[in-house]
Amino acid sequence: MSASMLSTRGLTKRFGGLLVSDCLDFDVVPGELHAVIGPNGAGKTTLINQLIGELGPDAGTIEFEGRDITALPTYRRSLLGISRSYQITSVFPDFTALENVALAAQAHDGHSFGSWRPVSREERLVRPALAALEEVGLSVKKDACAAELAHGEHRQLELAMALVSRPKVLLLDEPMAGMGGLESESMIRLLGSLKRRFTIVLVEHDMDVVFALADRITVLVYGKTIASGLPGEIRASIEVKRAYLGERYASG
Amino acid sequence: MLPETLSARSPRVIAVVVFMLLLAAVPLISAAIGQSYYVTLVTRILVFGLAAASLNLILGYGGLVSFGHALYLGIGAYTVGILSFHGISNGWIHLVVTLALSALVSFLTGLVCMRTSGVAFIMITLAFAQMFYFLGVSLKQYGGDDGLTITQRSDFGPLFSIQGNTGLYYLALGLVAATLYLSWRFVHARFGRLLLGTKSNIRRMRALGFPVLRYQVAAYVISGCICGVAGLLLANFTNFASPAYMYWTVSGDLIVMVILGGIATIMGPLVGAAVYVILETVLSAYTQHWMVILGPVIVLIALLANRGLYGLLLAREPSDSGSGAP
Amino acid sequence: MTWNLLVTQALNGLQFGVVLFLLAAGLTLVLGVMNFVNLAHGSLYMLGAYIAAAAFARSDSFIVAGVAAVLGTLLIGVVVERTTLRTFYARGHLDQVLATFGLILFFNEAVRIVWGASPVYMRPPDAFSGTIELLGFTYPSYRVLVIVVGLLMAGGLYLLIHHTRVGMLIRAGATNAQMVSVLGVNIRLVNTLLFGLGAAMAGLSGLMAGPIFSVQPGMGDNVLIAVIVVIVIGGIGSVRGAFYGALIVGVVDTVGRIYLPLLLRQVAERTVADAAGPALASMLIYLFMAVVLAVRPQGLFPARR
Repeated sequence: MSASMLSTRGLTKRFGGLLVSDCLDFDVVPGELHAVIGPNGAGKTTLINQLIGELGPDAGTIEFEGRDITALPTYRRSLLGISRSYQITSVFPDFTALENVALAAQAHDGHSFGSWRPVSREERLVRPALAALEEVGLSVKKDACAAELAHGEHRQLELAMALVSRPKVLLLDEPMAGMGGLESESMIRLLGSLKRRFTIVLVEHDMDVVFALADRITVLVYGKTIASGLPGEIRASIEVKRAYLGERYASG
Repeated sequence: MLPETLSARSPRVIAVVVFMLLLAAVPLISAAIGQSYYVTLVTRILVFGLAAASLNLILGYGGLVSFGHALYLGIGAYTVGILSFHGISNGWIHLVVTLALSALVSFLTGLVCMRTSGVAFIMITLAFAQMFYFLGVSLKQYGGDDGLTITQRSDFGPLFSIQGNTGLYYLALGLVAATLYLSWRFVHARFGRLLLGTKSNIRRMRALGFPVLRYQVAAYVISGCICGVAGLLLANFTNFASPAYMYWTVSGDLIVMVILGGIATIMGPLVGAAVYVILETVLSAYTQHWMVILGPVIVLIALLANRGLYGLLLAREPSDSGSGAP
Repeated sequence: MTWNLLVTQALNGLQFGVVLFLLAAGLTLVLGVMNFVNLAHGSLYMLGAYIAAAAFARSDSFIVAGVAAVLGTLLIGVVVERTTLRTFYARGHLDQVLATFGLILFFNEAVRIVWGASPVYMRPPDAFSGTIELLGFTYPSYRVLVIVVGLLMAGGLYLLIHHTRVGMLIRAGATNAQMVSVLGVNIRLVNTLLFGLGAAMAGLSGLMAGPIFSVQPGMGDNVLIAVIVVIVIGGIGSVRGAFYGALIVGVVDTVGRIYLPLLLRQVAERTVADAAGPALASMLIYLFMAVVLAVRPQGLFPARR
C-alpha cells in the first residue's frame, strides 16, 4: 500500500456543545480519487475546512507528505500543494473569469511585490489561466464578469481556480452543487478527466457519480468514519446501509 | 466594475490629461485675472487630494477602513515644523525624514492593527491617530495646542523653490500627478489585484496561497508615506504645524472625500477632495454654523454615494471590451 | 507619592471608569449584537450632559435633571435610530462610520447653536456638594455617588442580560439575528430597544459627568475615543469586558497622568522627564491597548459566541 499523501489522525472539532468531527481518521493515497460521503451534517465540509486550515481542530493531527501540518496556516498549505474548491461559490465577483483564475495563478507564481506590468499582460499568469478555463469548459466566458455568470459557470470557475496552480491534492467540496442535468454531465466528464492527473478528495451527494468515479470511499456519519474502502465494499456494507436507511438518494 | 483599464487613446485618458493640463494652467489663469485666491484654493484641494488618494489605496482598493490617516498628515507637518524650528530647512531632509517616520509609524501601527479586522480595525486606527494628537498637544516646546509657526518653507535648493505660492502649487500638482499615475499602474499590476482580492474575498485569498498580512501592511506603509508627504505639503502651504491636523475629524474628512469621489477609482479622491473643499469653503462663507449643514450632507453622502461622483461618470460610459483590453 | 494622593487618584480613576463603563456597555452591545458602528454614541453623552445642565438650572432638582437627561437621550436616540440609522444596518461599516461621523458634526454644532460655544457650568446637587470621610480620607461625596450609581447600573445590567428574557433575546440576537426573527421575535424591536438602552445609559453618563467634566461642544469626542479603547481592551460585544476594561482604563489614565511624570523624574533628568512625562501619560492608555492587541487581539474578556 502506498504511503498516504494527506491524512488525519484523531481529528476532533467541537462547535460549542456540538461534536462535528469525532476522532476522525482519514487518509488519501497519491493518485486516487477518494470520495467522502455521508448524510447532511456529517461534518464533510468541516473536514475539508480543517484539512485546508481554515478551521483549527480541537485535537488530532493532520499530515501531508509525511509532515505535520496541523499548525500550518492556510496559505502555506496552499503553497505546499493543497488546493480546495468551495461548496458555496467563493469567487471574486468584480473580476472577470480570466482575472479570477489569473489571480489564483498569481498566488503560486512568486511574490506580488515590485511588478508594474498590468496583470493582463503577464503571460506567466494569463497562459495557465486560459488553460485552466479551457479545461473546465469556460473559455468562451473568459471576459465575462464573474458576478454575471450562471450558477453552473460559477461551479466551473470554482474548479478552474482550484486547478490552475497544479496542486498535489484537490479538495473538492460538492463541485456539482445546485447543477442541473446537462451541466452535471459535463462536470462528471471533467472530473473523470482530472482523475488520473490529480489526487482528489471529493465530497459529493450524488451516489451515481461517487460510485462511477471513486477509487475509494469514506462514509462519515456524525463526524465519525463508519466505513472506508473500495466502492464494492461500501456498497455491501451493513453499517452504511443502516446509516442511509430511509435516506433518498439525491441526484445533483 | 473594476478600476479603469484602457488604452492611451481612449476618451477617458484624454479627459484626464486635459483635466491635469487645466490644473497646470491654474496659476497662469489666476495671475492673468489678478486673483491669487484660486491658487491657494486649488493648492488646498491638491494637498487633500493627495492625502485622500493615499487613503483610497488601502480603503478603496484594500477595503481597510482606516479612520486615522490624519496621523500621517501630522507626521509630515511636524517633521517640517520641528526640523525648521531647529534650523534645518533643507527640503530634501524634510522629505527623507517624513518618509522614514511615516514608514516606521505605519509599519508598527500596521502590524498591530492588522491583527484585527472590520470594526476593531476602524476603531483602533482612530485611537492610534488620537494618541498622536495628544502627543502633539503635549509637546509644549513645539507649540503644543497652539501649534508651531514655520517661518521658512522647505528649501529644495537649486532645483526648484516653493517659497512662493506658485512654486508650491506646481510641486503639489506634480506629486499628485505622479501619485495618480503610479496608483493607476499599481492597481492593474499584481499587488493591486491582490489588494482588490482581499477586499472582496479575503478567505479565498488565503486559500489560494497569498500571505495576506504582509501585503496589507506593505500597502498601509505605502499609503502612510504618501499621506506623510501630503502633510509636508500642508505644513508648507499653511506655514504652520498643528496637532489639529491629526484630529480625528480630519481623518473623517478624508474618508468623506474618498467616498464622495468614488472608491476604487483613480481620479475619485481628487474629485472628492475638490468637491468637499469647495463645499466647505462655500458653506463657511454662508454661515458660521456651517457644520450643522455639513453633518447631514455627510449622512446623505453615506446614504447615496454608492459609486461616488467620479464613479458615476465611469458607469455612464459605454463599457470597454472587457478588462483584457491593452 | 503620598498614600492620600494615591487613594484619591485611584478613586477618581474608579469614578472615571464608571462613567466610561456606562458608555462602553451600550456601545459594545450595539457593536456586538447589531454589528453597527455608532460613533455618535459620544454625542448622546454630550446631549445628556447638556439636557441635564439645562434642566437642573431651571428646576434646581437633580432628580428632574436626571430624568430629563435619560428620557431626553432615550428619545433622541430612538428617533435618530428609526429615521436615519436604521437604513445603515444592512450597509457596511464604512457607510455606518461615515453616517455617524456626519451626525457627530451635526450634534456638536447644534449644541453650539443652542447653548453657545463656552462651557456650561453644572454644579453637583446640594445634597452631595460636600465631602465625606472615607477610611480616614476626605473625598467629594458627589464622586462617591457617581461610583455607587455606576456600580449599581453594572449590577442591574448583569441581571438584565443574564437573568431576564429580554437579556436572553439580546444574547440570542448576538449569536444569530436571523434565527431569532424566524422564531417570531421582532428583531427590529429588539434592535431599537437595545439602541435605546445604550442611549439612556449614555444620557445617564452625561448627567453624572456634568458636574465633574466641563459641559461643552465636542465633549463627547474625546470620551468616545477612550470608550473605544475600553471596548477594544475588553472585547467587542462583551459587557463584562466593558466593565473591567473601563475600570482599568479609568484608573490607568487618571493615576498614570499624576504618577508617570513623577516616576520619570526619579529615573531621568528633570528636563527630559518634564517634557516626556505628560506626553507619555496621555499616550498611556493607547500604549496599553496596543499591548493588549499584540498579545490578545480578541480582548481580555471576549464575548463567548
